Amino acid sequence: MTAPVDVVLRKKERFERGTERLPGDFHEELFRLEEEGEWIVDRVREPYVEVPTKYGRTKKIPKAHLWHHKSCGQCGHIPGYSTSIFWVMRKLGYDYHDPRDQTSCTAWNYYASATSNSTAQAAVALRNFAAARETGYFPLIHCGTSYGHYKEVREELLLHPELRQQVRDILAKLGKPLVMPEEIVHYSEWFYAMRQEIAAHQVRNFDGIAVTVHPACHYYKLVEGDAIYDPDIYGGQRTAVVTGLAEALGAEVRSYSTWFDCCGFGFRHILVQRDFTRSFATQRKIEVMKEEADPDVVLTHDTGCVTTLDKSQFAARAHDRNVGVPVMSEAQFAALAMGAHPYRVCQLHWHSADYRPFLERMGIDWEAAWAEFEADVKRLERGEIEFLTWEDVDA
Amino acid sequence: MAETSALYKSDDVAGYPEVAHDVKARLFDEVKADLRFPDYLYGCYECGICVAACPSARFYDFSPRRIAQAIAREDVALVYQQMEEDIWECSQCFSCVRCPRGNNPGGLITIMREVAINNGLASAREALEGYSRIIYKIMSTGTQVSPDMLQPDAFPDWGPEVKDVSDNLALWRRALPPETLHTTSTGWDVAERTLIELYVIWLESGVLEMIREVDEGLHAILEEIMQDRLEEEGIEP
Repeated sequence: MTAPVDVVLRKKERFERGTERLPGDFHEELFRLEEEGEWIVDRVREPYVEVPTKYGRTKKIPKAHLWHHKSCGQCGHIPGYSTSIFWVMRKLGYDYHDPRDQTSCTAWNYYASATSNSTAQAAVALRNFAAARETGYFPLIHCGTSYGHYKEVREELLLHPELRQQVRDILAKLGKPLVMPEEIVHYSEWFYAMRQEIAAHQVRNFDGIAVTVHPACHYYKLVEGDAIYDPDIYGGQRTAVVTGLAEALGAEVRSYSTWFDCCGFGFRHILVQRDFTRSFATQRKIEVMKEEADPDVVLTHDTGCVTTLDKSQFAARAHDRNVGVPVMSEAQFAALAMGAHPYRVCQLHWHSADYRPFLERMGIDWEAAWAEFEADVKRLERGEIEFLTWEDVDA
Repeated sequence: MAETSALYKSDDVAGYPEVAHDVKARLFDEVKADLRFPDYLYGCYECGICVAACPSARFYDFSPRRIAQAIAREDVALVYQQMEEDIWECSQCFSCVRCPRGNNPGGLITIMREVAINNGLASAREALEGYSRIIYKIMSTGTQVSPDMLQPDAFPDWGPEVKDVSDNLALWRRALPPETLHTTSTGWDVAERTLIELYVIWLESGVLEMIREVDEGLHAILEEIMQDRLEEEGIEP
């Protein structure tokens, strides 16, 4: 490293934003619109944890009574991701609601094909928020893109009365009022807020486990003021979620130079133009991580990032590229720390990059665990059980 | 401001028809008329920070700075060219919003794409080739991807695990403890009433009509599905 870079990095070890440049708090307008009868603000209820955000505003993260806004890609292609979120919440004893009255945020399609518009996107968001309020549970957003997009929708609705009116007219046909949550909360914020409680339930030792973190673009780049930044993590210069949890669990978080780069998902590219996705994911992320940090596992906190960084490695291996590192969400990582079964809960058989050496590093006998899962599948096949239940996974 | 003839890409990058200036001007006006537009563009320092952060700029002849500059200069000819040649290369990651001027080039592209769809531009039709099944999935089922999409012929580059999933799909889905995840053709179990509410949103917001411009066949299929279900429920769209 050259001397000038060293100097710059030293200056940036701790970052304090000047108060004169702080943006306003959106809550002022949010509550003003409620007072004027424009919408209902769904309040964060006790118990909650207060966490710091990028510009210093304190954000309330509810601990319990959560309405799980699920993710298309997690549920469809990485089901151990969603299962781990539920499992950790159950283990910590917090109640939740897993709704059928929930649609996708539809933002993957919005960013991929543009076959939508701001009215439809806002109506989809507020239909889901209204559905959550009807149950009395508070929305917890699983997907980083849903989280980012819902923040965009909130900003547009705060700014544009004509959009509010369009959405109000549509929701009136559904018999629903306009509802906006007091905070839009991503599941990784819940894991960050709960990291000490999670660590208190840790049964597997993560000493000597090296991780790299890929922060998800739509979590912290879209409407960045909502994202959690902690002065004690990266000097407050990168989002603290994922890293804060990994450190609380005793893992060593290693940095790498392309941390700001996206994963290469591309929304449309991952589905119909994957040469770009594979190239970017391997050359700008995985290979750089391997060369500069040599992690045991890559942790991230969004649907598309897990898929892209995991699945892109197979083709690159055929070209003898420097790849070959497991990728998972920090929810699965936390579940493993708390003793979750790698297949019954974390469902790692849906992943592509070889995770078995990593399980061995944690002292998990993956062959025995796989035999247990296969026995479950045989029971399902013979009709002895219809589904694997929460009781079964902890048997 | 006078137009520049910034033909920075060769003419054979993509095949699309040349159109009259007033058509280009109308398309540009549609971009500017979008309610999001005033929040996405404040000018351009030409610093290039957005390009440095942009993943697509590394692998394509693409630049978020050129997008912001062309619109800021009101260069309607160049904006039209970008709508036909550039906008579908964007990754929509929004790394470009680190712009010190507060611009959102990715957001400008979202708007340009919508205008391209609404007007059935050649680039929009080409970009959506092979993508129709995804639009069908999200609009008709309420979830974007489903477990049964994991087929080895669709994802040969994702490794042999895709075939394992495909071969064992029904059993492995039943081996998921959350009760909403026992589905194979949707990400999770979406309630019937919820789906009907989504159909009302697609119809009322004009999204279903957008599809007509770029894929008439898909539009006809979706229209029939939605109208049948709404009629069954006695809902007048």
